Amino acid sequence: MSSAAFPIAVSPPTSAHIESRRSAEETRPLSPQELDESQLLTAIRGGDEAAFTELVGRYHGALRRFARIFGATEAVAEEIVQETWLTALQGLDSFEGRSTFKAWLFGIARNHARRRTERERRTVPFSSLAGDGEAEGPVVDSLRFQGPAANWPDHWSAAPRPWEDPERRLASLEAREHLRVAIAELPERQRAVVVLRDVEGLDSEQVCELLEISEGNQRVLLHRGRSGVRAALEGYMDG
Amino acid sequence: MADMHRHEIDEVTCREFVELVTDYWEGALPEDRMELVEEHLVMCDWCKTYLEQMEVTVEALPEAGEREPVPEETERVLLSAFRDWKARR
Repeated sequence: MSSAAFPIAVSPPTSAHIESRRSAEETRPLSPQELDESQLLTAIRGGDEAAFTELVGRYHGALRRFARIFGATEAVAEEIVQETWLTALQGLDSFEGRSTFKAWLFGIARNHARRRTERERRTVPFSSLAGDGEAEGPVVDSLRFQGPAANWPDHWSAAPRPWEDPERRLASLEAREHLRVAIAELPERQRAVVVLRDVEGLDSEQVCELLEISEGNQRVLLHRGRSGVRAALEGYMDG
Repeated sequence: MADMHRHEIDEVTCREFVELVTDYWEGALPEDRMELVEEHLVMCDWCKTYLEQMEVTVEALPEAGEREPVPEETERVLLSAFRDWKARR
């Protein structure tokens, strides 16, 4: 929509004009950092540069991680991020919020990522990587369960030990590093689904659409990925 | 004998339980299977512990999604694109 569509001159909303949810006594204009996503989008549509820079900043890590899912190198990932924003700008006025902004942005990034990685290293499309052994075998080591001749076949022989104060410990920087390593070491497709579902917080429908996989396939990959991360954390949390 | 016994009793074993956690959470199990999983959880503290560990793991995963700094070059390219976009509207 161009500004000419307005019969009278309306000053476009900027981040400074947008009402906050704070009390009326506080009159200090909100900085872009304080705006939520829909407020940022409104400000951007009104031409607010600082709001655009803030939105780019918020999504930079997520978009780079997303590009890497498709096998992009660091340098290519950065280019995919740039291309994604260039396309997003062109479509911003028609983005109606039917999907979340994140899913919409990832959809654009997916198209760019696919184009780039296919051109550069003949990547196999994500969905055809099935049957690469990622969905086979138990998620917990067989040796941790009792064998058929034991008293309680298929029940734990080496049960997990309760983790002490897990929420607090997992919030530490050290644990976060273990978490990142655990994710990085997952097989490709499991990593993709875990990153999109559990790190980025997309829902299963969005993930299936972005990766072009079936709901069942997505669930299997998610489960194997999560189980792998838990197993990797176990050594750290037990120690 | 032990084997026969195992197949006659309708139950979820610990070995099966660990494979079903995500299906259980996502409501993807048939109703009878769902009930068996819940029955198992009532009786098995070990699997309850396992389930709790899966839960805190999933809850901790967003921590891996850090903000990354935007390189100057990217910021420059995008700001210039933003100004063009703004000028054209």
